[in-house]
Amino acid sequence: MQTSPKRHTDREYEAELQQVRERLLVMGGRVEEMIGNAVRAVGERDAGLARATIDLDHKVNRAEMEVDELCLRILARRQPMASDLRFLTLALKMVTDLERIGDLAVNICERAIDLRSETRLEGLDTLERMATVVQGMVRDAIDAFVHNDAERAQQVIDRDDEVDELYHVYFRDVLAVMVVGADNVERGVHVQSVAKWLERIGDHATNLAEIVIFMVKGKDVRHAGKLDP
Amino acid sequence: MNAPEATGRFEADEVDAWFGTKQVLRKVNLLIPERRITAVIGPSGCGKSTFIRCLNRMHELVPGARITGRIRLDGENIYAPEVDPVLLRRRVGMVFQKPNPFPTMSIRDNVLSGLRLTGALDRSRAEAIAEQALRGAALWDEVKDRLGEPGIGLSGGQQQRLCIARTLAVSPEVVLMDEPCSALDPIATARIEDLLSELKARYTIVIVTHNMQQAARVSDRTAFFLTGELIEVAETDTLFTSPTDRRTEDYITGKFG
Repeated sequence: MQTSPKRHTDREYEAELQQVRERLLVMGGRVEEMIGNAVRAVGERDAGLARATIDLDHKVNRAEMEVDELCLRILARRQPMASDLRFLTLALKMVTDLERIGDLAVNICERAIDLRSETRLEGLDTLERMATVVQGMVRDAIDAFVHNDAERAQQVIDRDDEVDELYHVYFRDVLAVMVVGADNVERGVHVQSVAKWLERIGDHATNLAEIVIFMVKGKDVRHAGKLDP
Repeated sequence: MNAPEATGRFEADEVDAWFGTKQVLRKVNLLIPERRITAVIGPSGCGKSTFIRCLNRMHELVPGARITGRIRLDGENIYAPEVDPVLLRRRVGMVFQKPNPFPTMSIRDNVLSGLRLTGALDRSRAEAIAEQALRGAALWDEVKDRLGEPGIGLSGGQQQRLCIARTLAVSPEVVLMDEPCSALDPIATARIEDLLSELKARYTIVIVTHNMQQAARVSDRTAFFLTGELIEVAETDTLFTSPTDRRTEDYITGKFG
């Protein structure tokens, strides 16, 4: 579902909204890159890549503050209405989710540094698979946001079940490996944490997608059927 | 016509209105609930002022102007032949864009002018009504020591509240307001808006405004008009966050014209 290409009569206002959209897009691209790098750093035991990725987080944090400031300024000066109001208030929420995703990627990088001299546990490719899925979810949630595409946002939400399932399977697999040998326990606990954080990233991507649906349709799909009457 | 259950509920049904051959309202169906504030918004020339002027039969005062359809106030057709428009306008008062106190009259006489037109008033009753109306318009404390001074000596915001007091003095059920704050500064505007939230406990209020933020701040329901048609009416919270009609969305987000 695409919105009409109609632009605001006030071109400066139009440009300000566009600026928020672009900043969010850049921020989303950056955290997506951080997720990929973090999991690669774990898999390849690449502490240098992990440190470089941790450094990227400063840019994400800065972007969060910049988007917050921009949104507040527009709210104060323009008193936006309807879809503009939803867009701005939801942009304020989205940056929080994106910033948290960045933090989770940093956590993963820190584990990559801890694991740098450890060998890989065999038969555990699920982490890469999880990373690919959650990266795609974040990317699609941001794309859906930029293009006002509620359908694509719904697909993101639907994919979260796959991430949860991968996490549970992986958790049990790692547990089985840890039971076999005490040497595996420390590595096992680390990679289980990584999997947990990827699963959390999936949850944040789901939040982003729910926000997009509200923005496009004006309908709140959060906690569907799970709230007290 | 003053039934005891009268509460100031309007129902407009298929209302068309014209100035000469120019049609300015088309098939307007709108329910205005009692004792709530309904805001009417829309671009210039959309028919919003004409619509509220139909509610107290002021539209027909313009030469060549006419209206068809039905408008009921508390269930009674206000265009029925037996209805006296002058009495109707006592039940349905109006406050205009520019404060218009009578320049030669004192504050007290301005408030009582509507009542005096309809009959004699004894002095003590007149004083009581003036005080009550000025208190109702949140002006009493500012003018109680100078009721004999000219109304025109008040500030713009005070003059507008004086006009509101004049409207309240005849005990209406409905107060129509046509851009009541557009000539006022932000503080005077805030006083009127604060007053509106008190008045709605006793009166049905319909406010026409160009200022969408004002509509969003003060009203319970908002109706959006465009080229003589009612496009959308909804609870104000809904209309300004998630309107259902694309034309409403475009207007309130400034993508219009």
